[in-house]
Amino acid sequence: MGYFSSVTDFLQMGTHGLYVWLSYGIALVIFIYNIFSAYWLKRQYFINAKRRLRREQGTV
Amino acid sequence: MKKKMPRWFYQLASPKWFYEFTSALLPWFSAAAILLLVTGTIWGLVFAPADYQQGNSFRIIYIHVPASILAQSCYVMMAVAGAIGLIWKMKIAHVVAGACAPIGASIAVMSLATGAIWGKPTWGAWWVWDARLTSMLVLLFLYIGVIALNSAFENKASADKATAILSLVGLVNIPIIKYSVEWWNTLHQPATFTVTAKPAMPPEMWLPLLVMVLGFYCFFAVILMSRARVEVLQREKRTDWVKKVIQNY
Amino acid sequence: MRFFLAALKRDLLLVFRHRNDIINPLAFFLMVAVLFPLGVSPDPAFLSEVAAGVIWVAALLACLLSVDGIFRGDYEDGSLEQMLVSPEPLLILVLAKVISHWLVSGFCLAIISPLVAMMFFLPSEGYLALILSLLLGTPTLSLMGAIGAGLTVGLRRGGVLISLLVLPLYIPVLIFGAGTVQAGAMGLPIQGYLALLGAILVFSIMLAPFAIAAALKVSVRS
Repeated sequence: MGYFSSVTDFLQMGTHGLYVWLSYGIALVIFIYNIFSAYWLKRQYFINAKRRLRREQGTV
Repeated sequence: MKKKMPRWFYQLASPKWFYEFTSALLPWFSAAAILLLVTGTIWGLVFAPADYQQGNSFRIIYIHVPASILAQSCYVMMAVAGAIGLIWKMKIAHVVAGACAPIGASIAVMSLATGAIWGKPTWGAWWVWDARLTSMLVLLFLYIGVIALNSAFENKASADKATAILSLVGLVNIPIIKYSVEWWNTLHQPATFTVTAKPAMPPEMWLPLLVMVLGFYCFFAVILMSRARVEVLQREKRTDWVKKVIQNY
Repeated sequence: MRFFLAALKRDLLLVFRHRNDIINPLAFFLMVAVLFPLGVSPDPAFLSEVAAGVIWVAALLACLLSVDGIFRGDYEDGSLEQMLVSPEPLLILVLAKVISHWLVSGFCLAIISPLVAMMFFLPSEGYLALILSLLLGTPTLSLMGAIGAGLTVGLRRGGVLISLLVLPLYIPVLIFGAGTVQAGAMGLPIQGYLALLGAILVFSIMLAPFAIAAALKVSVRS
């Protein structure tokens, strides 16, 4: 498979497994953080907006 | 300064049009981002050959370099959007500029973290005062300043203009900062081994890198549009079209 | 030109009325410099090695500290608003304010810097480089700092914020300023360094007043 001869070889990355996987892990965390914060903003907005709209329509 | 701009420019300035336009774009960019990032990661991690000097730690390049490029272009985009907002009084441009800042800061953190981790096997230390890393750290400081200033104003319109001015000042200073840091670096540690300056990378190494760079840009576009859309809705919450959007959600 | 001189005279008069505004940055400069021998080591070899950097960092912080108040008094008593609506060009007014700030901060720092240099055992070849680099570098610090001060003058908690905004912009001046002193202390030619500092200064004089004026307009109208 690809450049590596086995899965353990792939996971160890020579002697640099820790560094490679740590880097990709941090990248993944930051990607997920970005996706979630954008999603969260949207969700919060719609929850608040719906509540506000209902209140406004209730009083009219 | 205020010469006539093409029609799409003014259309883009309309919040409603912006919202609908990005609705159409978002799925395409999301699909492209997933496709490119997954392809690039697998290609870079599994199929690309290891570097003959650095071994497998070289594979960090497939995140570090795209992150560095994106962090810098995100700042440029933020400053240019701010300038457009200042010159043509275009609110959407300010919305886009405001959405750039947190994304750019997080990507700068990514670039710094991966650069530091890459430094450990390459230089033997987690942090080295390398010119590129130091410049990226200063860029992160510039982002932090922009975010701090933006959140300090209570009035949205003032916050928009103030951040636009600050990011423009930062943009003008970035080349000076980069130059000075590079000069400082050569002064204090002559001839360090720079990880990213490869004389000639074979295609099987730089092709996945290209895929990753494109993937990062698409990902950035997706997050930028999502954030900007919420901000547009927030600012236009009194209008009928936004009420309709909320009801249909 | 006459307007410029009048504005400059007014600002300087105001400063001389509260003399603390001159003394405080200088005292701060001295105290920061004194912290290094106390915190690290009073060894003359060590001190003479770090002298350039420490003096420049201390001068930079002293400038930063004093630049926060550059527009605050005028903002609080409403005269800044008057200046913005007055027919006199804002750029000239801004430049006068920055120059008066520089005269009481950067210029005075450059004059007393040999005192600190002596305490840090800076080689005697470095004194001229130190004074010249401070004279050429600190006006840029005042200009950049005034952008930050203009952006934050309307905010209640401007103090920490202004350092966040301005410190990254100070980095090139710090690098070249300290570089000048190091080169001078080693007996190397310093013209190249001074030319770089001068180029940055000319560049900031041309661009910074526009940014400061724009920043003041945003702050006052919010």
